[in-house]
Amino acid sequence: MTTMKEYKTITRVAGPLVFVEKTEPIGYGTLVKVTLVDGSVKSGQVLDSSDDLVVVQIFEGTSGISKDAKVKFLKENITLPVSKDMLGRVFNGAGKPIDGGSSIVAKKKIDINGAAINPYARASPADFIQTGISTIDVTNTLVRGQKLPIFSGSGLPHNEIALQIARQAKVVGSKEKFIVVFAAMGITNEEAQYFMKDFEETGALERSVVFLNLADDPAVERLVTPRMALTAAEYFAYEEDAHVLVILTDMTNYCESLREIGAAREEVPGRRGYPGYMYTDLAMIYERAGMIKGRKGSVTQIPILTMVGDDITHPIPDLTGYITEGQIVLNRELHRKGVYPPINVLPSLSRLMNMGIGGTKTRDDHKNVSDQMYANYAEGVDLRGLVAIVGEEALSEKDRLLLKFGDLFEEKIVTQSKKEDRSISQSLDICWQLLGTIPERMLTRVSPELKKKYYKEMK
Amino acid sequence: MATDKKQTNKKQIGKLYRIAGPVVVARGLQARMYDVVRVGNERLMGEVIKIDGEDTIIQVYEDTTGITPGEPVENTGERLSVELGPGLLTSIYDGIQRPLPVLQAEMGDFIFRGVDAPGLDHKKRWDFKALVNKGEAVKGGDVIGEVKETETFTHKIMVPPSMEGKVKEIKSGKFTVDEIVCVLDNDKEIMMMQKWPVRMPRPYRKKQAPSAPLLTGQRIFDVFFPVAKGGAAAIPGPFGAGKTVSQQQLAKWCDADIIVYVGCGERGNEMTEVLTEFPHLKDPRTNGPLMNRTVLIANTSNMPVAAREASVYTGATIAEYFRDMGLHVAMMADSSSRWAEAMREISSRLEEMPGEEGYPAYLATRLAEFYERAGMVEPLGVDNEGSVTLIGAVSPPGGDFSEPVTQNTLRVTKTFWALDAKLAQRRHFPSVNWLTSYTLYMDSLEPWFAKNVAAEWRSLVSTMMKILQEEDKLLEIVQLVGSDSLPPKQQLTLEVARLIREFVLQQNAFHDIDTYCELKKSYTLMKTILLYADLAQSALDDQGARVQDLLAIKAKDRIGEAKFEKDYQKLLKEVQAEMETEFKQLR
Repeated sequence: MTTMKEYKTITRVAGPLVFVEKTEPIGYGTLVKVTLVDGSVKSGQVLDSSDDLVVVQIFEGTSGISKDAKVKFLKENITLPVSKDMLGRVFNGAGKPIDGGSSIVAKKKIDINGAAINPYARASPADFIQTGISTIDVTNTLVRGQKLPIFSGSGLPHNEIALQIARQAKVVGSKEKFIVVFAAMGITNEEAQYFMKDFEETGALERSVVFLNLADDPAVERLVTPRMALTAAEYFAYEEDAHVLVILTDMTNYCESLREIGAAREEVPGRRGYPGYMYTDLAMIYERAGMIKGRKGSVTQIPILTMVGDDITHPIPDLTGYITEGQIVLNRELHRKGVYPPINVLPSLSRLMNMGIGGTKTRDDHKNVSDQMYANYAEGVDLRGLVAIVGEEALSEKDRLLLKFGDLFEEKIVTQSKKEDRSISQSLDICWQLLGTIPERMLTRVSPELKKKYYKEMK
Repeated sequence: MATDKKQTNKKQIGKLYRIAGPVVVARGLQARMYDVVRVGNERLMGEVIKIDGEDTIIQVYEDTTGITPGEPVENTGERLSVELGPGLLTSIYDGIQRPLPVLQAEMGDFIFRGVDAPGLDHKKRWDFKALVNKGEAVKGGDVIGEVKETETFTHKIMVPPSMEGKVKEIKSGKFTVDEIVCVLDNDKEIMMMQKWPVRMPRPYRKKQAPSAPLLTGQRIFDVFFPVAKGGAAAIPGPFGAGKTVSQQQLAKWCDADIIVYVGCGERGNEMTEVLTEFPHLKDPRTNGPLMNRTVLIANTSNMPVAAREASVYTGATIAEYFRDMGLHVAMMADSSSRWAEAMREISSRLEEMPGEEGYPAYLATRLAEFYERAGMVEPLGVDNEGSVTLIGAVSPPGGDFSEPVTQNTLRVTKTFWALDAKLAQRRHFPSVNWLTSYTLYMDSLEPWFAKNVAAEWRSLVSTMMKILQEEDKLLEIVQLVGSDSLPPKQQLTLEVARLIREFVLQQNAFHDIDTYCELKKSYTLMKTILLYADLAQSALDDQGARVQDLLAIKAKDRIGEAKFEKDYQKLLKEVQAEMETEFKQLR
């Protein structure tokens, strides 16, 4: 390939976009290097290419770019150099090391956009991942290859929960390699320090790869960060046979960047100003979770997003929920009550749960117990509304038990400490203690055999 | 993907002018709308979707990264078509009928671009048995022979719709799908394979009014909100409401001859579940694998958006082809919202003036055109009736049914199965809301139910529905004052409604026996519940029994056991007897 020409033909700069006139054909998606007058270099990508004009999106933001900046087209797409040495390293949102260590000697470079897994080549996710958190393990079980987001809100402890999962996640009885890829998009410096401190203190960094795009880093870079992280994850999963857990936080910031670019390109906006292709764009990220027949590794995703105004129908959680296999929903009321982790199991769901639980995988009573806990807790929460109107005295004996159950559920099952790593058996045993407060005949979701085996009345 | 050769034009080459995502602009082409074009040096498949002065605007079915202005664009002069013939069944395709196993063999586990794969296997030889003789006159749609495609399915080979003539030559034997098996006196040649453009409905003699239900084995659908064979139904539901499980249950158990399941812009892992589960499932009617009557189309959300747009048409065309053999076909599209979003995405790339919520103004027309491909018809050349039933899942953003895709779908479908996230949260499955769902087929299907199940069917169902309606009203009061302060009669109504909800409406898709429920069983279940209601009512009215005693009747709680029992008749008979004894003891 001949060296490409350098252009000084910028005609327009708008938001993160630069419009360049050119004479040779430029491929869609090509990587671009822009050299500013002061000698500093920015990179970007071609978003729109026509005969005489290209539109370039600049990752580091357009500040400082003038019409006499030099533009060079690199004839390649954005890639990430990968190797095993990435473990324990920290990168910025664009994939450059920022931990002071040497740069990565690439085993190979991989296009960060990835490719869709052929649905026919996928293997069904079916291995239980124990997170040590009862509300996830018992009622919203995570399995390998799943994408299970945490729907949070500003001020809720989603970061603590993410870290706890990163620390504790394991496949019971398995000695296989387990790696955490952590990608932060638009988080504050303080949050980043908190994460890094925890990673270092607990020794989790050794088995992790970290990508950090901070709140004051360019917004456009955020669009690249999750793709970098997933490319690294796929490399470890499919070429190094590791089981990889990818934590992406915060997807809301990612979507804001997407909207920013859309607006700068003067696209027709969809709901709430987000671009019409946001569903497809998010799917290209989330769908990179999975397992492939005949390959040992797996990619499991826990994306975290903060719901704007705690509204689950906002386009970001809404579209995410349609792509991911369930969701873990955090609740402000529980948080205010001092419950940690404030997971509200009622709107939470794991779609792949049934494939990863039961006799050989967790325990024979798992499904029944989970259904029963759910049903009782839902009724207990409903009764709280009634009590507010008529008082507890007006309740029937049965309803009083359920009301009490609701409180116990939050106290014993939901609440656990940040360092508490419960095994699934421990969690289920606590459930049976709670179920013991309810008369046996009211447990309609549990089969008679299991009741005989586990049920013990508690007073 | 095949193309339709009838429209051969001379090949034209133009040049790419602009690329922005899945929509590209070419210049120097004299293309017609919906012509298939080959884009760039890699010859990616695309389709003309707009013509504007010298610009031809093309949607490309594969990723366009790296494609450069100036690369050639070739117009094939053909339209986007599918290959129809033996080998369709048990296949798994992407949105433009490329078999996924072939793609995997050629590209590995990930889907890259630039691979062409025909929809049917052109190398496999099928045993063709001629059914017409030399000299016989045949016309479009007539059956000229058959092929045993799977153990349980005989594939009829038909004359393509536009052909007509006297058979000059026909031979039985082993042939591939593209070998000529029959020649007509006007020298028209017939192969086992036909091609048909996906955006054009296949012709039929006459459309008929639907008169038989599509039985699904799901109580809430069959009993309360049946859809007719040849009808159209919509399942809208917010995420997590059990839309996909419902669709899969329908695909597994409905009494259609052929199932076409289109996973349109949905989750990869979910498609895998379908792909791994279906081959192991038994068709309850033939005992063969369920796959033997199934065609799967999987275009997951991260596969190219233009192919997603095409996937529902690909599915509908395949469904119509089987319909033309005089078969009943059910097509599930999960989810039509993703299809609508694909349209929106492409429309916005075209910079078209957006309609409601950014969807193109032609959304309603396209949805109506699509659902009109459903119907019970007299096929061109076969005496049996054939039908296509369309069941479309809709994923309304935020669970808001007032959004354009749901609303425009409701205008053209007659059955509405409203999934409710609240029910799902309570683990009430299938989480179909019985108060907001409806069907407009009740009247036309009434004679069928009266004849095939019981004369009183319609009134039985209405009674059930009335009780449920009343429960809804009563629950509002209970919310305020608690159930104990209701009069005895109403407490009884609440109890009967609970029995209906738990023992009729709720159904466990994951239980071996409960997953499929025949009409007779639903009928007996309902009768037993009504027996309790009647006995309790008369005990209350005539004997002044205490309501607590009526609610404590043990036998009624055993009705539910019948759901999980193979020999439900025996069990329910016992329960009925027990119930009567218990009531007698109350006196």
